[in-house]
Amino acid sequence: MNRYPVWKYAIILIALLVGGLYALPNVFGEAPAVQVSVAKATLKLDSATMARVEDALKGANITADAVSLDSASVRARFASTDEQLKAKDAIQKALNPDPADPSYVVALNLLSRSPAWLSALRASPMYLGLDLRGGVHFMLQVDMQAALSKRAESLAGDIRTTLREKNVRHSGISRNGQTIEIRFKDSATAESARRIIQDQFQELTTVETADGTDVKMVASIQPVAARKIQEQALKQNITTLHNRINELGVAEPVIQQQGLDRIVVQLPGVQDTAKAKDILGRTATLEIRMVDDGAEARAAEQGTAAVPFGSERYLERSGAPVIVKKQVILTGDNLTDAQPGFDQQTQEPAVHLTLDAKGARIFRDVTRESIGKRMAILLFEKGKGEVVTAPVIRSEIGGGRVQISGRMTTVEAADTALLLRAGSLAAPMEIIEERTIGPSLGAENIAKGFNSVTWGFVAVAIFMCIYYMLFGLISSISLAFNLLLLVAVLSMLQATLTLPGMAAMALVLGMAIDANVLINERVREELRSGASPQAAIHAGYDRAWATIIDSNVTTLIAGLALLAFGSGPVRGFAVVHCLGILTSMFSGVFFSRGVVNLWYGRQKKLKNVSIGTVWRPDSTNQATTN
Amino acid sequence: MEFFKIHRDIPFMRHALVFNLVSLVTFLAAIFFLFSRGLHLSVEFTGGTLMEVSYSQPADLTKVREVVSGLGYTDVQVQNFGSARDVLIRLPAQKGVSSAEQSDKLMAALKGADASAEKRRIEYVGPQVGDELAADGLKALAFVVAGIMLYLAIRFEWKFAVAAIIANLHDVIIILGFFAFFQWEFSLPVLAAVLAVLGYSVNESVVIFDRIRENFRRYRKMNTVEIINNAITSTISRTIITHGCTQLMVLSMLLFGGATLHYFALALTIGILFGIYSSVFVAAAIAMWLGIQREDLIKGTVKKETDPSDPNAGAAV
Repeated sequence: MNRYPVWKYAIILIALLVGGLYALPNVFGEAPAVQVSVAKATLKLDSATMARVEDALKGANITADAVSLDSASVRARFASTDEQLKAKDAIQKALNPDPADPSYVVALNLLSRSPAWLSALRASPMYLGLDLRGGVHFMLQVDMQAALSKRAESLAGDIRTTLREKNVRHSGISRNGQTIEIRFKDSATAESARRIIQDQFQELTTVETADGTDVKMVASIQPVAARKIQEQALKQNITTLHNRINELGVAEPVIQQQGLDRIVVQLPGVQDTAKAKDILGRTATLEIRMVDDGAEARAAEQGTAAVPFGSERYLERSGAPVIVKKQVILTGDNLTDAQPGFDQQTQEPAVHLTLDAKGARIFRDVTRESIGKRMAILLFEKGKGEVVTAPVIRSEIGGGRVQISGRMTTVEAADTALLLRAGSLAAPMEIIEERTIGPSLGAENIAKGFNSVTWGFVAVAIFMCIYYMLFGLISSISLAFNLLLLVAVLSMLQATLTLPGMAAMALVLGMAIDANVLINERVREELRSGASPQAAIHAGYDRAWATIIDSNVTTLIAGLALLAFGSGPVRGFAVVHCLGILTSMFSGVFFSRGVVNLWYGRQKKLKNVSIGTVWRPDSTNQATTN
Repeated sequence: MEFFKIHRDIPFMRHALVFNLVSLVTFLAAIFFLFSRGLHLSVEFTGGTLMEVSYSQPADLTKVREVVSGLGYTDVQVQNFGSARDVLIRLPAQKGVSSAEQSDKLMAALKGADASAEKRRIEYVGPQVGDELAADGLKALAFVVAGIMLYLAIRFEWKFAVAAIIANLHDVIIILGFFAFFQWEFSLPVLAAVLAVLGYSVNESVVIFDRIRENFRRYRKMNTVEIINNAITSTISRTIITHGCTQLMVLSMLLFGGATLHYFALALTIGILFGIYSSVFVAAAIAMWLGIQREDLIKGTVKKETDPSDPNAGAAV
């Protein structure tokens, strides 16, 4: 009655093997490493890059424990942090001859020390959370209202252009919050304008009201379109953050959307929070406008007259004032890329801009009409605007490829390109949550979590072995098996392990032993009421099963609630908690039964089972079965 | 080894009224403290900045306070954290000042006062996040309560579901009462511990209810009170041992887990101790007051006994 068919043992064996294999990488720990990835989309990582890294190391007389290449990076592992730092400098020097324009991101990282065959099986150690490895965590809130206002502003510009093209005369277009107000002299013009807007700007709805003799038309963004704008704004901000963080040189940054309007950024290993915050918190937006070249504006530039109506005064990077018209021609939204380079004819340093289709069309029209005039590219940071560059338009520029050149050094070109790229945030962001964990605290937290789990486990195992003898030993083995499975599953899923997660691991082990206590108590009870050892084992497991299921389901409900509604540390706790409950059902019942069956199942005339004292209230002789 | 040499069923239900009164008094006291003192919520809920700074020598808290108030911050808490050399500083959320400026300025000032000051961790939480966390915590609690009640109502009977939830919510309130009375810091991990305890101590009630159901099937001549007494008596050893083992784990966290896990482990300890009490003395008693009967649990069992797919078929001895 207490025998398992072969397939059940096969399942146990496979679980043991797979679990052991995937838990194994955690044993080897992590070694300091240098990680090289590309900073430019045009470059590719291949074995040639790896060879260059190896050459660089050889040249600097540093021996790496291993150099490996995967789809996104070349990684070199070192024995000590000293060598790691030296290697980083050497590789940086070899791969990025021009530090102003780095082609590769060279970052410090930690790599698993596990042997190559384990990595080939995609077995990697558990992913440690920031509280265990040190680093910075930010939560950014995207200002969606600003994104919508910005969109309304650019739509207002588009409507102005379109109405002019179609020869519809209006008496003023302005943005009011997130709506656009257009005034017309009579309702016939308003009607034709309405038709054009409905035809060409499907994301707008219009309402007309009479305003004295004029007709006022209010165009607002439709809810569906608004949602789309918000999604795009969030996506664009995430992309921009990616670019900015690449420039920071972080090995494994996490940049994720959270909710509808939030972005979580995690930078493991980063300690220079001031710089990180500076780069992330840069709420820069980019605008291209025309320079006002009227006489009044010239005077204003000299400081001898007031700034003319419809223009604003900004400073260039050099400090020289520039009077710029208020009307925005293009925003950073239309700029897809900016790279430093050289003018093909003059070999002067230049910045190459790439515009999207809409941007290209507007740019062509504007440049055709204003050859010889100056345009200004403005960068707004923290509400303050600055003219990045104000070149003269030499000819009509079509096709969306724009080159800015003249009076620039290579470094200036690289700087300008970087600023232009980083400037394309779709909406401003604000840091609403920040956590910085120093590296020493991370290491301490690992030790604390590890000690809690180890000593708790040892205490429980000792107690079980004394109280339930062999059955207690089997319970302890299945508890160890549970831990192994839990670690293996966490490693396989690459779920983030945090300190609360380690606490959950300890707690779940304490709870998992419940199943075995239930079983052992039931077996004792059956023995007490006079059942034969084999029957007692059988009945004990069978009867305890229903109870175990019930109690695990209620615990799981609590775990799932934490998973669904928790955030940050609570989620880390909940993941381990839920997984632990699931693995405990397998190890506590299925696995421990397997071991018991293996030990006792084959003995036909079993007289004693080693489950500690079976005390009978009715007899004066204590039946001790050992 | 056997700790529980019990000769006959312990008449737990004889004093049910007394136990329920004791529970009621503790419960009311907990609610009183919750309202009069309130919870000492962590930065995660209130919003603000939390800095942990470590010094090479035991830190002079008054000096740190001076530095902090010198920067013009009011309502700042400065306390030791874990050891005498670690200091925890809590700044309330300020409008118009970014977290970056706040913490950088403070860190620079602290370093100026004592060069050995080392930044260990900084947490900044905006006020909007705090409100959301509190709302999410309540939602999670509601989800757990509803989920467990539904499960127990399906698996057993509504009276058991009500009894188990009352007993265990009473545990939760008592944990919160402790945190309010001692003004221990209530943080997100503590919230997780509270909800985990809720799921865990419902286990306890489930085990006893399971046994009550089984006893109704087995001992047709016993009355309800006897059946409950027998169920509790025969599961008491398992209750104590299981909770003892979990407590060993929690104790290990309390000893080795450091300051970060301290309150988490403390919440679990209170939860486990009151979990035993409430499931043994409160849950079953409430089920008894609600009037559980044999017919509630074993309706239709006559038919079911011939049902081969029933896992309990033929299990009765």
